[in-house]
Amino acid sequence: MKSPQDLIRFLLPVAVFAAGLLLWEAIVRAYGIQPYVLPSPLLVLKTLVADWPILSQSLGVTLLTTLEGFVAAAVGGVVLALLFNQSKWLEYSLFPYAVVLQVTPVIAIAPLLLIYLQQQTAVIVCAWIVAFFPVLSNTTLGLSSVDRNLAGLFQLYGASRLQTLLFLKLPAALPYILGGLRIAGGLSLIGAVVAEIAAGSAGAGSGLAFRIAESGYRLNIPRMFAALLLLSLAGIVIYGVLALVSHLLLRRWHESALGKDS
Amino acid sequence: MVESTVPEADASSSAVRLRGVTKTYDSGVMALGPLDLDVKRGEFVSLLGPSGCGKSTALRIIAGLAAPSIGTVELAHHDTERRGSHRIGFVFQEPTLMPWATVRDNVRLPLKLARAPVADAEMRIGAALDQVGLAEFARAYPRELSGGMKMRVSLARALVTDPDILLMDEPFAALDEITRFRLNNDLLSLWRDLHKTVIFVTHSVFESVYLSERVIVMTARPGRIGAEFRITSTEPRGEEFRTSAEYAAFCREVSRALAPSYAGQAGA
Repeated sequence: MKSPQDLIRFLLPVAVFAAGLLLWEAIVRAYGIQPYVLPSPLLVLKTLVADWPILSQSLGVTLLTTLEGFVAAAVGGVVLALLFNQSKWLEYSLFPYAVVLQVTPVIAIAPLLLIYLQQQTAVIVCAWIVAFFPVLSNTTLGLSSVDRNLAGLFQLYGASRLQTLLFLKLPAALPYILGGLRIAGGLSLIGAVVAEIAAGSAGAGSGLAFRIAESGYRLNIPRMFAALLLLSLAGIVIYGVLALVSHLLLRRWHESALGKDS
Repeated sequence: MVESTVPEADASSSAVRLRGVTKTYDSGVMALGPLDLDVKRGEFVSLLGPSGCGKSTALRIIAGLAAPSIGTVELAHHDTERRGSHRIGFVFQEPTLMPWATVRDNVRLPLKLARAPVADAEMRIGAALDQVGLAEFARAYPRELSGGMKMRVSLARALVTDPDILLMDEPFAALDEITRFRLNNDLLSLWRDLHKTVIFVTHSVFESVYLSERVIVMTARPGRIGAEFRITSTEPRGEEFRTSAEYAAFCREVSRALAPSYAGQAGA
């Protein structure tokens, strides 16, 4: 927040948000809308505080699932891309299936997974399915966009495959990998939520998305909103953390991180 | 500081010998040759020609980065057992640095790939950075350097392996004139001090005459040797030489020999 310009850019969306809340509150009061149709923002906040014990526990469950799915997607995506990069045959054999997995809506796959896998495993697999593809495709792109002359230099100096991978391809691909991870963070949350909702309709569950589904059946709309609010906040925090990590790793050398601290 | 590995008796023998080298692309286009070329140890030779005449291809073939379609390439024996020594140093048209690594780590690359002993490597990196005048910038990242300084890093990386042969592919083409003149002079003094064999690819008549002992003018695609000039000067190379009548006369002669290579090209 250095220049007035920055201040305005920060204040404008905040002002819009506040105005929206005020309008919402006013409409609910003016028309006497019942909480089970549309709760006022104030009531949502009260519910969030009152139900915090149960909601925070659910938040923990969902975040853990998201994290597990994200880690699986990050490791799976990068490792698969590395294998593809080392063997064209492997890439030709498997890449179409990665695409199929990506384009099939996860909401349609989730009920099937719940039949064959334990619920907790199924939820993590869902998060993985949604999140691994951007990591895979970005890493693949990064590994193959190495400067041709730099590759020639490694060849000239007799670099081994492992040396070329470690000292040339991986560092060159890092900005792409981080871009993929940033997308995967949000997607693994979506995957976890979708799977929880699918599982929720089948019975057991304890994550935030399950709370939303459950509150819906009980017409506890304020709690639905409170849980939704927490999910949004979780998504924002995940994105922020990954963007920060990316910035810290790239700030010394990559174009995308320039101009922010220089 | 740097010892010459070339014994006096061998000083006149060939460092590079090409016989009947051609390069034909998969598309069937013949890019180069047939080319016969002998470069003596310690000689400074320029390959001068229009874009697309295959001079860069010739350089890549000498470096082993590309294989000739026909013909043979012989390089003088590299007589050192020192880890991280390399027969060839290559400088590309672009600086070709790793943006994620500091100047020092960029120069270290050839030694790291050869697993040279660390203490020895540090000493050699320091010496190479001194040679190109960048000792103070060892910890900088490439993006913090000017175009000329990046080129110096690239040169230091080529020199750090103490190569016998320095191959340079239009290294200063993208630089402004003042910077190019300074790097020309620095390259000449490095060449005099280090006794390297230099093969310098350029499309600038002035640069080739200024730097070289011998200028080889190449024809348009497929590139062959069109003419050869031995550049002898009574005065040492420097700003004096650059403005002398002698230099102007050489440039005129070389330009005249180069003209047919551009004949038939649009805009020539």
